[in-house]
This record gives sequence, structure tokens and C-alpha cells, in this order.
Amino acid sequence: MTQQFSILEREDFQKLIDVLSADGYQVIGPTLGEGAVIYDELTSIEQMPIGWTDIQEGGKYRLERRDDDALFGFNTSPQSWKRFLHPPSVRLWQAHRTDEGFELQHEPIEAPRMAFLGVRSCDLHAIAIQDKVFMNGDYLDPTYKSRREKIFVVAVNCGQAGGTCFCSSMNTGPKAEGGFDLALTEIVESRQHYFVVEVGSEKGQEVLHQLPHRPAKDSEVKAADNLLKKVSKQMGRILDTEQMQDILYRNYENARWDSVAQRCLSCANCTMVCPTCFCTTIQDVTDLSGSHAERVRRWDSCFTMDFSYIHGGSIRYSQKSRYRQWMTHKLATWFDQFGTAGCVGCGRCITWCPVGIDLTEEMAAIRESEGAAPKPGRKPASAKP
Amino acid sequence: MLEQELVFEPTVAEPMLPEVFRIQRVKHESYDTFTLILEPSNGRESFPFKAGQFNMLYVYGVGEVPISISGDPNQPEMLVHTTRAVGTVTKAMSELKRGDVIGIRGPFGSSWPIQEAEHHDVVFVAGGIGLAPLRPALYEIIARREKYGRIVLLYGTRSPDDILYHDELEQWRARFDLEVYVTVDYADKSWRGNVGVVTNLIPKAPFDPQHTVALVCGPEVMMRFTAIEFLKRGVSPTSLYLTMERNMKCAIGFCGHCQLGGYFICKDGPVFTYEQMQTLLSLWEV
Ligand SMILES: Cc1cc2nc3c(=O)[nH]c(=O)nc-3n(C[C@H](O)[C@H](O)[C@H](O)COP(=O)(O)OP(=O)(O)OC[C@H]3O[C@@H](n4cnc5c(N)ncnc54)[C@H](O)[C@@H]3O)c2cc1C
Ligand code: SF4
Ligand code: SF4
Ligand code: FES
Repeated sequence: MTQQFSILEREDFQKLIDVLSADGYQVIGPTLGEGAVIYDELTSIEQMPIGWTDIQEGGKYRLERRDDDALFGFNTSPQSWKRFLHPPSVRLWQAHRTDEGFELQHEPIEAPRMAFLGVRSCDLHAIAIQDKVFMNGDYLDPTYKSRREKIFVVAVNCGQAGGTCFCSSMNTGPKAEGGFDLALTEIVESRQHYFVVEVGSEKGQEVLHQLPHRPAKDSEVKAADNLLKKVSKQMGRILDTEQMQDILYRNYENARWDSVAQRCLSCANCTMVCPTCFCTTIQDVTDLSGSHAERVRRWDSCFTMDFSYIHGGSIRYSQKSRYRQWMTHKLATWFDQFGTAGCVGCGRCITWCPVGIDLTEEMAAIRESEGAAPKPGRKPASAKP
Repeated sequence: MLEQELVFEPTVAEPMLPEVFRIQRVKHESYDTFTLILEPSNGRESFPFKAGQFNMLYVYGVGEVPISISGDPNQPEMLVHTTRAVGTVTKAMSELKRGDVIGIRGPFGSSWPIQEAEHHDVVFVAGGIGLAPLRPALYEIIARREKYGRIVLLYGTRSPDDILYHDELEQWRARFDLEVYVTVDYADKSWRGNVGVVTNLIPKAPFDPQHTVALVCGPEVMMRFTAIEFLKRGVSPTSLYLTMERNMKCAIGFCGHCQLGGYFICKDGPVFTYEQMQTLLSLWEV
């Protein structure tokens, strides 16, 4: 790599999309969808939420105009990149009746070459977590693996923290530290608008070569650094992770689970928007004549009653036990399984919970129920507007 | 063309794709339990597995369920499954006949401690259908009888009609080097054996607690009480093995359904030591 940081001017941003498309990538990035930023196929920057930001709070999401023309002036989209690597629905195989019984037909795997434009640091960590789920064990998930291996990642460092974000607590942001081909920091000043570009791979270097760019000046690199330092101090939420695992293991029985269960609707939104939740179910279907059958894998959620059903009834039949499963998995048992938390602090589950349940608040309440005082200098997680 | 690039043949094996097996024989064990003896139908000659492992069985157009392998690990040329018809898939499976085909994925999961149990007394405790997952371990241990101390089987069912593997139980019972005790919860007039839950048999069973490995398979409540009885007699939690059951959709650690605390039952289990399960078994709805 010739230089560490380069500058891509705002006027040349369209060329990034063009170069990636010309390289055979389907470019997926933020678009202005119905009332929210939605990741979708992108051919022109005109589709992007230029000059928009999102206001996020527990149970609330709203788009608002910014007073500048930032391309990435918002935070997390209700969707995560999960839907592209671990699609919501995948046909696994088909079967046909024959004279001999039936035969199985394997399914060719659909694996488009995708370039993700605008992956935030929390979501890079979420992808790394799903890598551990689907590619690190005795078995590999062919769908995930074949898609994952082909992606080109353009990360974007967050220029502001969202109202429900807590990546600083989880050590997952706001700056992308790795796992990208290119990383951008967007700088919007009164008379300048540019991107500080960091190269993370050879593939990234090749793409940068095809773009108009110049080496970054020290002052420009510094501007990016300062911005990110400011962002880490703006987090909307805080999660104290100290001994989090042990605390949860000690508190399988805790009155707090009962109180959160009274508010929880078991709607499963939190697991659907979560970039790390990986659970799926299977549907075996046949046509009316019975000559054709197929198996489909779909996203599932531990909030449903069926999830833990075994003959005789569901193991987790109470709301309380299902919320406990979800939060304990995210913040404790995930470490046993994959050596990391299952939460990257993206805040989506808080924003998209219809009743605004907030896991940072729930965790703090359980911690405090053990008699620990809230930490000085930290915003109590229950201070909500 | 981009179009062509979108679809490609996978470079890795497809762990979710079953293999087709043909039913060579169906054996009716009781009014609701049956054994399928299967043979591979696509050139494969054997199906090696370890005692305690399970397969995912797919009934065409109906669904797929986890079922333990109940055959002899030293006879891998046939695959044997004993299933109790309880719901949609298992009932459809019970209607299959000789010559029909079934989808198989596996073998999956951990196994019974056959080697670890050498030079120890071995106590098997089975509740109901729980005898099926234990049978491969019984075969293995009986086949190398000289390597083990006393071998005891404690088997409990609801009623005399629920007793599985009649002929084999008779054969084992007739041997001088095996001790077999059967008990039923509810007896009819013809029953002359023990009545009561299987846990009642543990206090009097002939084994040396300091040198015993216990293998337990049955409903979760039965296993909780069985463990208590073994601990009372001084068997160590690390020498006590049991199998756990949870909903399973994939058996390969992807679907999340079988989670129990930090464990995935499909890959970390289904056989666990009591030491691993102790805390989790003391909690409800986990
Ligand atoms: C590791 C393992 C080994 C097993 N070994 C045996 C065996 O050797 N013999 C035997 O008869 N049974 C065994 N079972 C239980 C067997 O899997 C269930 O009885 C079976 O899944 C019931 O399916 P169903 O469609 O007939 O029932 P329904 O009640 O109609 O169930 C609907 C669905 O729920 C799920 N489900 C229901 N009960 C269970 C259950 N107990 N465990 C897991 N998933 C369940 C399945 O996905 C099933 O398709 C085993 C279970 C596990 C986890
Ligand atoms: S939190 Fe629930 S849905 Fe998410 S990965 Fe864990 S078990 Fe699955
Ligand atoms: S649990 Fe919530 S905050 Fe954590 S990664 Fe999932 S959606 Fe984001
Ligand atoms: S059965 Fe799917 S994760 Fe264990």
C-alpha cells in the first residue's frame, strides 16, 4: 500500500459506485425508503438519503432534514446487512416422488457478488460474529459462506452517534478497525465536503486506484480523528459490561424478568432487526398432488412459543423465560458459544421495540438489584426522554 | 455474463441435504413404538456412528425429527431407529412400510462414555423410550464384557405394555454377568415384577459408587430424580451421564433451537455429564 490515507472528493463519490458496478458487483447501500433508511441496490447517489438524518430513541425512529448534504449523516438502518448474507428465506432442497420412493435434488446456491456501501463499525463486528456462527464450526453454511466470500466492504465511520447506540461500551465502534476493503470518514465543512479513505485490503487498493484520489493532508486526517473522538463521547446509551456474564448467570431468578415480561409483546422485532441473531426454522412443504416437496429455511425468533416446542409443550412457555433467553444469550451465553458477546451495541432492538424495551436499562436494573450502585459519571441507562 | 455468476455450485458439502435410505424391515415394539431397520439406497455400504449419537429423519412431505440411533455400532451396515409415535412426523413415520424410503442426515452429537467406563461398574437407567438411545452403549459394553465391572440395567416404563425390546431383555436377564431390573408405574394382574418409578431401584442396585459410571436416558424429570439418587449414593457428578432433549431444526449448530444455557444440544450433546447440567437442571424454562 502506497499511502495510508487518501482523499476522495464528494463530487467523485458516484465514481465509487460506478467502479464497483463495473467490477461486477451489485452495489448495496443506504437508500431513502418509506420513512426509513433502507439498504437496497444502488446505481446512483441520487437514491441515497442525502442530507437526511435519523432520530432514534426507545421505540421511536424518525427521519429529519440535516442542515448539510451529508451522504451518511444517519446511523443504523432498521435492516442490517444480515439479510444479504443470511437471507430471511432460503430454499434448501427439493424432492420429487418417484416409483422407487422419492429423490432429493440439491439446490444451486444463489450468491450474487455484492459490494456493501456504508457498513458501520458495529455491523462489521456483527458480520464477524456471524462468521463464527456459520463458518467456524464443524459445519459450514453453504449459503452464508458463498455470499460472504465474495463481498466487497466499504465501511463508513460514524460521524455522529445515534440515540440508541452504545458501541463504545461494546468496543465495537465508532471507528472501523478492520474487516473492510475501504473505510471512509465523511467530512462536511462549510466549503469542503470530502471522504478520508483508508485502505483495508488489496481489493480495496485496486478499487481506489480506479478512482480520482489524492494523498490526505495531515490536517484532513486529524479532522477525521477528532470527529471520531467526539462521537465516542456522544453515545445515546451505555452498557456496563463488567462481570455482565456472571451477573446474568446469578440472576436467572430475578423479579426484573417479571416486570419486563409485562411490557414485552413477544413481537420478535428485536431479533429480526438484530444483526447477530442467527436463528432459523425449517418449513417442509408439498404441493397438492404430493409429487413435489421442498424445504425452506426462514428466520425465526426465540420469542415465539413454537421455538422451544417439544412433544408435550413449549420449554419456554412464559414471556419472562423468553425475554430472559434472549438477553442472556446476547450478553452471557454467547461468550460460551463463540467467545464474544452477541451484542454489538447497534441499538436497533431498542429503537424498533414497539414499547421501547431497552436491554441496557434491563441489564443495569439487574446489576443494581444485586446492590451495586450505578457508576458515577455514567448516564443512568434509565434516563430516557 | 453477470446472470451466470449469480448462481454457482456450492464448494462445500450441504449439511442440510438428507440421504435416501430404504426400509428393510419394520418391527413393532409396542402399541406406539416401532423400530425401522434401514439400508442405504445410494451405493453407500455402511453408516458408522458412535453409541449415543442421533440422526435427523425426514418423512417425505411431512417433516424432519431427531431420533437416536438404537442399533449396534459394530454392525454399521444397517441403521436402526426406534421411535415412539407421538405427533405429526413420528405418526407419519409409523405408517411407513418395508420398501418405503426415508431421508437421513447424520450422525450428529456426542456419545456415551464407552472408553471412560472401562474398569468401572456401569449402571444404565432408562425411562420409557430412553432405552432406545442407550441400547447401542449396552451392545458395545456387553461385546467387551471383560473390560467392565458389574453391569446393571434399571428400566422403568409406564405399564407392562410399554416395555421395549422384550426378547433382548429376556436374553440379557438370563445372563449371569448382567443384572436387569424392570419396573412399571402401573401394573396389571399379570405383572409380577417391580412396581414404582425407576428411581426407587437405585438405592438397592448392586454397584460400587466410587467406581461406577452411570448412563441415564429418560424424561427430564426422571433424570433429575435419578441424578439425586446417584449423588446420594456417592457417585460423582462427572461419572454421571445423561442425554438432553430440545427442539431441533438443523442438528449442526445453526438454527439455535436446541440451546440450553451456553450449550447447543445438537453439537455439545445430546450426551452430557451431570456436572455440566447440574445448574441448568435446577432452573425452569431455560
Ligand atoms: C437428540 C434427540 C434424540 C431423540 N431420540 C428419540 C428416539 O430415539 N426415539 C423417539 O421416539 N424419540 C426421540 N426423540 C424425540 C423425538 O424427536 C420427538 O418425539 C419428535 O420430534 C416428535 O415429533 P412429532 O412431529 O411426531 O411431534 P409433534 O408434537 O407433532 O412435534 C412437532 C415438531 O416439534 C418438534 N418436536 C416435538 N417434540 C420434540 C422432541 N421431543 N424433541 C425434539 N423436537 C421435538 C419437532 O420439530 C416436531 O416436528 C429424540 C429427540 C432428541 C432431541
Ligand atoms: S437471542 Fe434468540 S433469536 Fe437471537 S440468536 Fe439468541 S436464541 Fe436466536
Ligand atoms: S442486541 Fe440490540 S443492540 Fe445488541 S446487536 Fe442486537 S439489535 Fe444491536
Ligand atoms: S438443532 Fe439447530 S442449533 Fe442445534
